[in-house]
Amino acid sequence: MVDQQTQGQGRRHILLHPSDNTATALADLQKGEILPLASGKGNSSITLTESIPFAHKFATTFIPQAGEVRKYGELIGEASQDIHPGGLVHIHNLVSQRSRGQGR
Amino acid sequence: MREMKGNLTFMGFRRANGEVGVRNQLAVFSLVTCANEAAIHVARQVPGAAVFTHQNGCGQTQADMEMVSRTLIHLGQNPNVGAALLVSLGCEGLNPSRIAEEMGQSKKPVEIVRIQQEGGYFGAMAEAGLKAQKMAQAISTLRREEVGIEELVLGLKCGASDPTSGLAANPALGKAVDRLIGLNAAVIFGETTEVIGAEHILAKRSKNREVAEKLLSFVDGLERRVKASGSDIRGGNPSAGNIAGGISTLEEKSLGSIVKSGSSLIQDAYEYGERKRGRGLFFVDSPGREPEIMAGLSAAGSQIIAFATGLGAPQGFPFVPVLKICANWKTVARLPDFIDLDVSGVISGEESLEEAGDRIFAEILAVASGKGTKAETLGYSGSTNIYTTGPIV
Repeated sequence: MVDQQTQGQGRRHILLHPSDNTATALADLQKGEILPLASGKGNSSITLTESIPFAHKFATTFIPQAGEVRKYGELIGEASQDIHPGGLVHIHNLVSQRSRGQGR
Repeated sequence: MREMKGNLTFMGFRRANGEVGVRNQLAVFSLVTCANEAAIHVARQVPGAAVFTHQNGCGQTQADMEMVSRTLIHLGQNPNVGAALLVSLGCEGLNPSRIAEEMGQSKKPVEIVRIQQEGGYFGAMAEAGLKAQKMAQAISTLRREEVGIEELVLGLKCGASDPTSGLAANPALGKAVDRLIGLNAAVIFGETTEVIGAEHILAKRSKNREVAEKLLSFVDGLERRVKASGSDIRGGNPSAGNIAGGISTLEEKSLGSIVKSGSSLIQDAYEYGERKRGRGLFFVDSPGREPEIMAGLSAAGSQIIAFATGLGAPQGFPFVPVLKICANWKTVARLPDFIDLDVSGVISGEESLEEAGDRIFAEILAVASGKGTKAETLGYSGSTNIYTTGPIV
């Protein structure tokens, strides 16, 4: 397993698994920041469309409503609305599939 | 995978039954809460002796008495224990002779002192002191020898967590675990509480359907007990504090904890107090609280416990070194007497998870060969207990 986003000095976000579609801020990141993003298809970059506080997540790809949201290489819930690349992913647009009464 | 030849072995104590310890201690076990003080006092008289105390052993349901008995037996069988002295009151509910006999099946010296039969505290102290001194001297001649890394048994725990735990300390520990499993060592994790919300993921990582069903039954059992007491883990998580810290769903919270177990298949799942058999990754049913889970991991056979923390947890364990790993630089700076390994470079962007995992791996081997952890050198190892699920009667 390779953490493509974990190499290099001064990294400001972390992709915990290559199959994730969210990355996590390692510092308070500002709207408009351009971050390098490695993927299976090669290196590219992403522009944050919102400020992302430390330890919060942003989408690295477009995630449609009801689409899978992934972190740690696993499903952490589904999108309750379309999420655009560089946008904050949190309780306003991500819902659990494992909370009580669901998914079991 | 990069392997330097020198890293594939460590210096351990080979026991009479062939198992390997990373420490060679006389362990004094209190068999019942009423014998705790005598056990602590006798251990104090013998330099290097470890003492294990707990709040059980009497006035409990049959199921709990069995769980306490098997936990004590398997703690005594832990290969870090060179010899064991059992301190009994005499009238406790569990059976001291059975515990001594089964502990002794690991071919180590085991002795019992019964306070009510030895003339009370002072009589028992004299008897216990002489037995302890004799056993401590007998095990003192054993020397470390070079053994293969496949003899290593690592337990995992995270506690006093913060956002850096799920982002750096736990995933970096998971990298070290994957490497150990790849080298045929054994790793044990637990914390059934932390699995709720990610149980389907662990079920998927189980070796077969039987193991998956055991894991799911542990989660169901814990949820049932919590609900019966009027609480609801699944409904109350993630907490408001978790959400403010960036965690959005229960799945995400649970994954941030179980990521420390890496990505290997789970070979088997055990009830609390059971001993693992074989090599690879194992799960033991256990609560998240430190005194009880560390006893469960040690009874399962862990020689070392790797403990990832964010805010800084102090505790060690009597005869099992506990290695503290932290990715919060403020905690590392503030609590130099608690934290063994600083992986805050993952957060500052100076280190990759693989590099941090390699340093954890190397430190585990150093501790296995005798390097003292912060908790060991501090002597902070008295917060111990055994898990029970029924009422005190």
